[in-house]
This record gives sequence, C-alpha cells and structure tokens, in this order.
Amino acid sequence: MIDVLWLQSGGCGGCSMSLLCADGADFPGLLAASGVRLLWHPSLSMASGDEVLALLDDCRAGRVAVDVLCVEGAILRGPGGSGRFHLQAGSGRPMMDWVQELAAVARHVVAVGSCAAWGGVSAAGANVTEACGMQHENARPGGLLGADFRARGGLPVVNVAGCPTHPGWVIDTLAALAADALHADDLDPLARPRFFADQLVHHGCTRNEYYEFKASAEKPGDLGCMMEHLGCKGTQAHADCNTRLWNGQGSCTRGGYACISCTEPGFQDPGHGFHRTPKLAGIPIGLPTDMPKAWFVALASLSKSATPRRVRSNATADHLVVPPAIKPTRLK
Amino acid sequence: MTRLIVGPFNRVEGDLEVRLDVADGAVRRAEVVSPMYRGFENLLRGRDPMDALVIVPRICGICSVSQSLAAARALAALAGVAPPPNGQLALNLLAATENAADHLTHFYAFFMPDFARPVYAGRPWHAEALRRHAAEHGEQTRRAIAARARWFELVGVLGGRWPHTHSLQPGGSSRAIDAAERLRLLARVREFRAWLEHHLVGAPLEQLTALPDAPALQAWGQGGTGGDLRLFLAIAADAGLASLGRGPGRALSVGAFPDAQGRPALAPGWWAEGQPLQPLSLDRLTEDATHAWLADAGGPRHPAHGLTQPVADKPEAYTWNKAPRLAGQTAETGAVARQLVDGQPLVADLARRHGITVLVRVVARVVELARLVPLMEAWLQALVPREPFAVPLVLPAEGAAVGLNEAARGALGHWLRVEGGRLAHYQIVAPTSWNFSPRDGRGQPGPLEQALEGTPVQPGEATPVAVQHVVRSFDPCMVCTVH
Repeated sequence: MIDVLWLQSGGCGGCSMSLLCADGADFPGLLAASGVRLLWHPSLSMASGDEVLALLDDCRAGRVAVDVLCVEGAILRGPGGSGRFHLQAGSGRPMMDWVQELAAVARHVVAVGSCAAWGGVSAAGANVTEACGMQHENARPGGLLGADFRARGGLPVVNVAGCPTHPGWVIDTLAALAADALHADDLDPLARPRFFADQLVHHGCTRNEYYEFKASAEKPGDLGCMMEHLGCKGTQAHADCNTRLWNGQGSCTRGGYACISCTEPGFQDPGHGFHRTPKLAGIPIGLPTDMPKAWFVALASLSKSATPRRVRSNATADHLVVPPAIKPTRLK
Repeated sequence: MTRLIVGPFNRVEGDLEVRLDVADGAVRRAEVVSPMYRGFENLLRGRDPMDALVIVPRICGICSVSQSLAAARALAALAGVAPPPNGQLALNLLAATENAADHLTHFYAFFMPDFARPVYAGRPWHAEALRRHAAEHGEQTRRAIAARARWFELVGVLGGRWPHTHSLQPGGSSRAIDAAERLRLLARVREFRAWLEHHLVGAPLEQLTALPDAPALQAWGQGGTGGDLRLFLAIAADAGLASLGRGPGRALSVGAFPDAQGRPALAPGWWAEGQPLQPLSLDRLTEDATHAWLADAGGPRHPAHGLTQPVADKPEAYTWNKAPRLAGQTAETGAVARQLVDGQPLVADLARRHGITVLVRVVARVVELARLVPLMEAWLQALVPREPFAVPLVLPAEGAAVGLNEAARGALGHWLRVEGGRLAHYQIVAPTSWNFSPRDGRGQPGPLEQALEGTPVQPGEATPVAVQHVVRSFDPCMVCTVH
C-alpha cells in the first residue's frame, strides 16, 4: 500500500472530478485494489481545517510518510514571486511553499493534469499569476522544483498531463508506483508515463476513414475529419483518448469537436483560434507526427481526388446521409 | 472574543478559509476568504471570441458545462442566433446531467460525512450515519460515487467527455444524437431514477415533489423507513438544522432550461422573505470590490463595465472575491433560490417557516434532483434524430452581449464585448461569488457571512462542526467564485 497526499493549487479541480469518473463499481475499492491509500484528498476526506494542517505538519516533519505527493493545479508564484495569489487556507502561507516542502519529503511526486505539469490554462496569455508547473514551465524544464529535482525515490516529477486528466491515467500511474513498476524508462522525454503518452489521439479515431480521404468537416457537428479546417491536433497529440475512451463511450473527437492537444505543454496558447486550423498556402502547418510534408501533400491530393461520394457527402453532415453500399456478393 | 481561522475547508470545490470572531459559544462575526486568484477574465481579453468555449470551462472542474453554456449563450446573443429545438434539448440535457451529478456529489460526498464525526457519537442516529455516510468509505458514499460515474456516461455520448466538454456551441450542440443513442440515453436516465428512488428518496420521485408543505414532509419522513433523505430529516430534526445558518432572506435565479420557444422550465425571478415574487432585472447589478484585493476606483460597477485588477497590498481587503449586489442587496443563489423563485410548494413552505437555512438548502437540492430527472426524460422523448442539432454561426467583429445560466450552485453570468474581432472585455459573476461574497462598501456582510452569525461553537472546537454544516449547505464552488 502507498500513502497518497493530494493537494490542489492553481487549477479548477477538474482532474479530481474526472478521477471520480473512473470506470468501476466502487471507487474506494478500486484505489485499495490498486494498492493506494489516501492520506488526504480535498474532495473525499473527512479531515478539515486544523486536522488537515496538523497532518501536513506531520508529513513535512517526517512523522507521517508520504509515498506519493499528488499536486493538481499550477503553482501560482505571483505577484512578484511572493506566492500570494494562492495562500493555503487556514495557514496564511503560500501554497508554493507547502508544495516545495512536501515534495522534498515525498518518495514520488506526481503532477496531476496539465496545470501541475506545465502551467496549463492557468499560465495562459500574459501569465499575470506567474503560474508554472511542478518541474516545467510550458515545455521548458524548471518550474517550481527545478530541472534537476528528483524525488527521494529517484524519479523526476511524473507528469500525468491532460486537461483534465483521464481517470485511468491517474489510477494506472498510482498503481504502477504502488507496485514499484514505474521507472525512468517508463517515462517519455516530458516525464509523462509512456503507457498513455506513446499513443496519438488519432489512434482509434472514428473519423479515420474521413482522414484517409481528406474528407473534411466544415462546421461543428460535421462527421468529417477535423484536421484540415477545425483545428484538430489528434494526429500530433500524445494520448490514448480514442482507444481508452472517456465517460463510457466518449472522446473529444467523438463529441464532435477538435482535439486541442491538452496533454502537450503550451497547448493553452496555440497562436491561433482553437477552432481553426492554421495554414500556409492552403496546407495545414501542423502536419501529422512523423509524416514528411512532401508526402503529406502528395497523399492528400491523391486521396482527395479518390474520395468516394459516400465519404464526401457524410463529411459535411451531422448524421449519416449515405450509408455504405451493400455488396451483391459475399465479401472477398 | 476569540478569533478562529478555519481552513483549509475540504469537501468544497476549491480553497476556502473562514475567519470567525467567537464569543459566548457562538459566532459573532464572520469573514469569508477566497484565497486564490487565477485571473480568467483578463487572460480572455485579446483572444478570438470562440476561444472562450475552450477557456471558460477550465474555470471550474465541477461546474464546467455551466461555464461553457454561459459563454455559448453570450456568443449566440452576440451573433443573434438560437439553437434549433434538438440543440436546445441537447444543451439542457448536458446542463441537467452536470446539475444532477453535482447535487448527488454534494449530498453524499461533501455534506453528509460530517454527521459521521465523533462529536455526534452520542446521538441515536450516529451509528447509522457512520455506516452509510462516512467520508470516502461509507456504504452509501461508495454507492453514490459509483452512481455518479455511471451517470456521467451520459456526457460521454451527449458531449464526448466531462469535464471540459466542447460540444456546447453557440448554435447548439456539435454532437447529434441518433435514434439508437436516444433510447440508450433514456434507459440510462431511468436507471438513475431507479437509483435515486431506491437509495436517496426511498419512494417514487413524484411522491417527494408532490408533498405540499413542511408537515407533509415530516409525516412522510416518519411514515417510512427507506432512503437516505429520511435519515437526513431525522438528523436534521435532532441537530436543529431547520434554524441553523439562516441567510439574508433574499434569493435570485436567472431561470433555467429553456424550451424551443425560450420558455424556461424553472422561472427566473427575485424572492424575498414575506414578499410576493418579483421579476428579475439585472440592470442594477453591481460588483463591489471594497474588501477584495482588487482595484475599486469608481465604486461598484455593473459587470458590463467591470474591472478585475489585482492589488495585493490593500489593508481593508480580505478576499479575492468581489461582492455582487442587486440594487445594493445581497442574495442567495442555488437550488433553493431556483425552487423558491419557481414557486415549488414544499420548498416555499419550508422557507416561509424557517427562512433559508441549512435544512431548507439541502431539501431544495433533493427536490430539484427529483424534478430534473423527469424533465430529462421528457427532453429525450422530444429529440428528433436526423433533424439539426446546431445552426451555423457568424460572429460580428464588434458588439457586446451577456450569457446567463443557472449552474448547480446558482446564477452565473458572462458579460463580454468584442472589438475588431477580438475579446475586449470579459466579466464573470459566479454563483458562489454571490453566496460567499465579502462585505461591501456599506459594511453589509455577504450571505454566508450573515448565515454564520449566531452559529454555535462548542468549547475547544477549532473547526466547529456547526460552521461546517452551514458552509457546506451552500455547496460552495470556490474556483468559480474568483475565477
């Protein structure tokens, strides 16, 4: 069993709310079966007020061992590096300081969500709050704890990125830590667990036939591929959203909207409207990962010219208007 | 006089601190502190207006759909479009799914566990409360978390995922529902109805919503044995929750769940103790930043001209939250306000007898839950597969608009202005901004600050349990509050 302490800072709490959507008949039972015990969680635990401050003191002083410190939300360092944009309630001290002290005693440190990992939406635009991630500021190593930080167990901050995170990513990460089965080579270069970060959102996308023919959606709700016009980054974004579905049967692309690559550092400021694909001379700037541009252009023009009428017609409708033909003979 | 600084408050959404002056075993004065600032209103400025649909849900991980809907409505108003009937129904379904989930989460995960505390060990109901409602591990706590996860699978179909669901569009929904999905969703809503009837209400939902008044509720509670609501009513009677945490006696709702003609299923309006219901006008809405760490030059402002400018060193300030006022007055918002303004007989009678108190807030939430499920069943029946779920949208390069919506916790408004095709102004007034507002320039306490006055504090209590009941009865969302 590992003891997990969970703190929230500059975020929306959505990763916790998402976690509670974990698939299963009994959430506390799932945690226990995964080898996880909660020392304290802001949404779930009984302890409040002075009881929590006493626990945090015990953790800080080493009287209570913290196997995993989970931090949700960005670290708000402002104004002027003072951390006053987030004082831990009841303590009068910047949350930034609490997190730093607790990270120093924890065996593992997990950044839950893109705010805690990179800064995320909390760091958008001019970033007045001086928000950063635990060990990154956008893609730049550093953040609150510094590029050289290693938790007592030897790992850097484990970045379970996503806005929000998928509940399965959090459970699998904690279960792996509990089983002593998460090591440095199980993390990608951005310290995300490879089990979800070595996939692309594109994998398993139900719009793949439209993608193959570049039969593109033109407005929200259209069934076609959203890469060409509607800003979809699913062919570039590292996550398994379309093979490990959300809330039963869902994903962003299945919900009729673009992947905004919320697991990637800096996704909050793409430099263009989220709903629009930036293009140069009519060609999307963000090409599918690992695909050379010349090949993409050649394949796209070929596949566009070969698009079946069914695929073309359905691409710009919100429901199937042309069903697949039934072949007169047995399938070969 | 003793000063207690209470926090961190958990089982609320976000960070909350409450400062109490205590004398003679009761709270004499309370200050509600929102200790975190993220600055969403400012980071929206300069962006493509459609970016709001991605940014605003991330204000809050528990009211995410509500924030999306307020932004979508503001952009729809800016463009002068309205969703087609299917689109309106789909948006209502998404909003009601979140609303119902939040009420369920509040009752089981946030509010009830406090009755399992050792301080109540001598009460006749304590063993049962501990068994059913202990935090995290109570039998019903666990069942409710599982029911909630399954309930949110509705959004998996209706909107891809929750939270941070981008299917809510100004023109409707980006996720058309087909004929088979409509039936599957309906079956899932009926499954949840059965859960509520078995576990929470212990009776058909319509039996609860048909109760005319407080005596009928009392008789109903004592006349049966099933359901966690009955246990709550017994605890409430013993612990005096009917007279605990009385608010300002004013409540407002902007109305919820419009049908295809724009008629809301829950009416908008203004309710005040002992007075007839009044229509709601937001012309005299202001936000007062006197006691916030924010610039307040020029006095209270209407959100159409509002300002959010951090001033960390401000001696008279104690929170990042502004103080919303309507014609200078405080008001409560949330399920109790919606039900009062809508004239729901049971909630109206309870409030007539007790004012708006801990008991009334909690009962109103359960009543609303029992009303939402039949509404959702009717909306699913009314969906017409293959008809449009959205209309096209063309946003003007200039203009101003407001989007209003009832989140689970109450009235939510987004005021925006677009100049040269970019967002030039964005102001948000959230439900808990109302409920947990600080004092205003006239020294008038916010609703929770007022509700806490007189709350009993037992000797030796550092985090008084009665204070926790009062605070949690509002189901605060602190991340929305300051945004």
